[in-house]
Amino acid sequence: MDVTPMSRWIKVGTLEQIPRLGARVVQTRHGPIAVFRTADDAVFALLDQCPHKGGPLSQGIVFGHHVACPLHNWSIHLKDGQAEAPDEGCAKRFQVKQDQEQIFLDIGD
Amino acid sequence: MKKMKLVMVGNGMAGVRTIEELIKIAPDLYDICVFGAEPYANYNRILLSPVLAGEMTVKEIMLNDVEWYQQQGIELHLNKKVVHIDRVNRKVLTEDGMEQVYDRLLLATGSNPVVLPIPGKDLPGVITYRDIYDTHAMIEAAKQYRHAVVIGGGLLGLEAANGLNLRGMAVTVVHLGDWLMERQLDKVAADMLKSSLEKKGLSFLLNKQTTVINAGPDGRVESIGFSDGQTIPADLVVMAVGVRPNEELAKASGIHCLRGVVVSDTMQSFDPKIYAVGECVSHRGVAYGLVAPLFEMSKVCANHLAQLGIGRYEGSVTSTKLKVTGVDLFSAGHFQSDADTEEIVLHDAAGGVYKKIVLKDDKIVGSVMVGDTSDGAWYFQMLREKQNVAEIRDHLLFGQSHLGNTGHQGQSRAAEMADSMEVCGCNGVCKGVIVKAIKEKGLFSLDEVRKHTKASSSCGSCTGLVEQILASTVGGAYAAQPNRNKPLCGCTDHTHEETRQVIRSEHLLSISAVMDFMKWKTPNGCASCRPALNYYLLSTWPHEALDDPQSRFINERAHANIQKDGTYSVVPRMFGGVTTANDLRRIADVVDKYQIPTVKVTGGQRIDLLGVKKADLPKVWADLAMPSGHAYAKALRTVKTCVGSEWCRFGVQDSTQMGIQLERTFAKMYAPHKVKLAVSGCPRNCAESGIKDVGVIGVDSGWEIYVAGNGGIKTEVAQFFCKVKTAFEVLEYAGAFLQVYREEARYLDRTVHWVARVGLDYVKKRVVEDEESRKALYGRLLYAIQDEKDPWAERTLGLSRHEFEPLSVLD
Repeated sequence: MDVTPMSRWIKVGTLEQIPRLGARVVQTRHGPIAVFRTADDAVFALLDQCPHKGGPLSQGIVFGHHVACPLHNWSIHLKDGQAEAPDEGCAKRFQVKQDQEQIFLDIGD
Repeated sequence: MKKMKLVMVGNGMAGVRTIEELIKIAPDLYDICVFGAEPYANYNRILLSPVLAGEMTVKEIMLNDVEWYQQQGIELHLNKKVVHIDRVNRKVLTEDGMEQVYDRLLLATGSNPVVLPIPGKDLPGVITYRDIYDTHAMIEAAKQYRHAVVIGGGLLGLEAANGLNLRGMAVTVVHLGDWLMERQLDKVAADMLKSSLEKKGLSFLLNKQTTVINAGPDGRVESIGFSDGQTIPADLVVMAVGVRPNEELAKASGIHCLRGVVVSDTMQSFDPKIYAVGECVSHRGVAYGLVAPLFEMSKVCANHLAQLGIGRYEGSVTSTKLKVTGVDLFSAGHFQSDADTEEIVLHDAAGGVYKKIVLKDDKIVGSVMVGDTSDGAWYFQMLREKQNVAEIRDHLLFGQSHLGNTGHQGQSRAAEMADSMEVCGCNGVCKGVIVKAIKEKGLFSLDEVRKHTKASSSCGSCTGLVEQILASTVGGAYAAQPNRNKPLCGCTDHTHEETRQVIRSEHLLSISAVMDFMKWKTPNGCASCRPALNYYLLSTWPHEALDDPQSRFINERAHANIQKDGTYSVVPRMFGGVTTANDLRRIADVVDKYQIPTVKVTGGQRIDLLGVKKADLPKVWADLAMPSGHAYAKALRTVKTCVGSEWCRFGVQDSTQMGIQLERTFAKMYAPHKVKLAVSGCPRNCAESGIKDVGVIGVDSGWEIYVAGNGGIKTEVAQFFCKVKTAFEVLEYAGAFLQVYREEARYLDRTVHWVARVGLDYVKKRVVEDEESRKALYGRLLYAIQDEKDPWAERTLGLSRHEFEPLSVLD
């Protein structure tokens, strides 16, 4: 993350704007990206599409460092987008960081 | 901190399952060291019979291979027998002189087969049937020899006999008792079993006591003799006359044993640092030999080893299924009737079907079945749950499929289904896939099958069928989790009922308070328990507990129904299904303005606008200016009505007005699941009151109320509840019924499931027979829903705006 040039971090909002154990969506040219906030105030960003049937992960219930997809209850790891075994699949992950309550997203090229 | 040392003696199914459970809940608490006397890692002993019968291979029945122990960081010593426990210095000593200290010791030494104390018992060719070694010995013997004698006509003996017969030997089963499997079968069932096994080529000698085993010239067994002087040839003798808990090690180390290592409900022996599980254990005087109870012990033991201290093992009711292909047999509980019990019997000797159910006080206490065992799981569940069967007793024997299901449940007979047949229509799972997963992954429970195959994980209507497949694949190893004691979810060992009770008795007002108080195993629950807890809190402490939107499913958070493409549907409320030109005009305008792609009339007499973008929802609601129809919520959905006496020439009551009144009173009422009502104006019942949670039918003299019907997954005709005279009484009785449901059902129970569990009599007692109780219930319901705001109106004014707007929009 450190090698990413500063210029690629885009400010998308503040931690406070995302409910704890919830998510908000950032609209981007890659499609919607879900930015999650867990109980311990960690933030994660995944493409807002479940690897199963494309369900909007941002709408799911967040627990621990997982989200349950609202369509068929697949459990997705927020850290890497991997579906919980025995399900298989991966939601695209994006770099996200916090700096003094501000949230920055790196959506790549 | 240095980890504690856990040493396990014995490497069988119960012990390893305990370790698995322990690693799941406390991965870093112990360094684990396992001693196994056998040269193999953990395998599924239950499936030795299919291996003997040539239906499976040893490789297929391995549950945990050596790599698994490595991955878990477990020190594994195979082929090492522990011979002494030094309890003072807390260490174990092996046969070859190795010492290992422990902080906690887990004994899982299993059981030993009983060897008859008769001359010739040690001859070559005389074996017991217990492990892979014995199985191989039988397979080898079958290649070279002709005559096999199996002593013991119990479950294990018959499976051994069947396997040897399939491998080409001439097999005679010798049994001391009057009939086979007398601990599981009555005489009728045993005789049927005997004749079907005879057809497969087995011979039987009943009432025979073996007195001697004779050697031939080569020193190997040659014949076997009985107390009546008869002698028959035998090249192989298999003793399958029972097992005895292997308590030697414990006994020699001064631990209290009495036909097994005596343990408490927390699976501790008399030395509190030493736990014991599995077949070596004597719990409340009972030693178990089936897998299901052993696994229940494992779970409790792991919990206490993990120092969580929740849960007790309180004993198990077990059932038996014979794993002999082509012979279906099921037995559970007290199958012999006596003076206090009654029996219901169906016996079709020619057709090979025998079913017997033993009842005591209208509850099933035992069952034996031969030929058609597909309903075994169902009877067994009712047995364990002590369900009152008085109402279904006249058709009990015809099975669950006879009880008016239209779904898949029980429609097909699991064992007869082809592998290619679809079991789970929601997830497209065929029988073959389920069987393969059970065998390859070593699955034992419904939950595991759901996880791995998805079968029955959506609507759940095929649950019974999946359980049947599980039961017929793993045989006696399977026992459905007793529904009554089912934990709320994987985050806790507490049941729904316990959780509700604690919320009430401790006056808990938030999810985190419940999780703290009840020591939840996960930091903030999961998508199963959080919505349940949120509901329990709100329904127990209305106007006090605070709603947690993040613990609601998206539909209840967004107040619209999420669709497969991520858009939402909007269903405005039309009380009693009655609308006006103005409302319709506004709906039409909204459809045009927001370009809503589909407009559909619903089954509950409403209009559904499908394909609305989430960001448009507050604007759509504002333009509609109609209240929420709660079509997305676990709440009162609709009251369906017919036109009734106002227009209909047959109508005897004003069903439309009654429906509107019900809906106005109970709208905004949240519940464990969705709730649907209907009111018909005459017995022609055009509003379909017979399949609703509460169905009201107008008759000339008043109203009949029916409850706990269901038109969905499992069509259930509503049951007659009571008859009342006035519209107010309809409100009060219906409301009181719904309030008991709201206060006592499990989250996601429909009324039909809940009433099936608690019994209609109980609900009638609370509502119909007890006026004071009824009025109190109705009062609590009105209090709970008073001042409940319309969620759409609140959101058009800006509440929860973040729910509907993106955090930001990048170029």
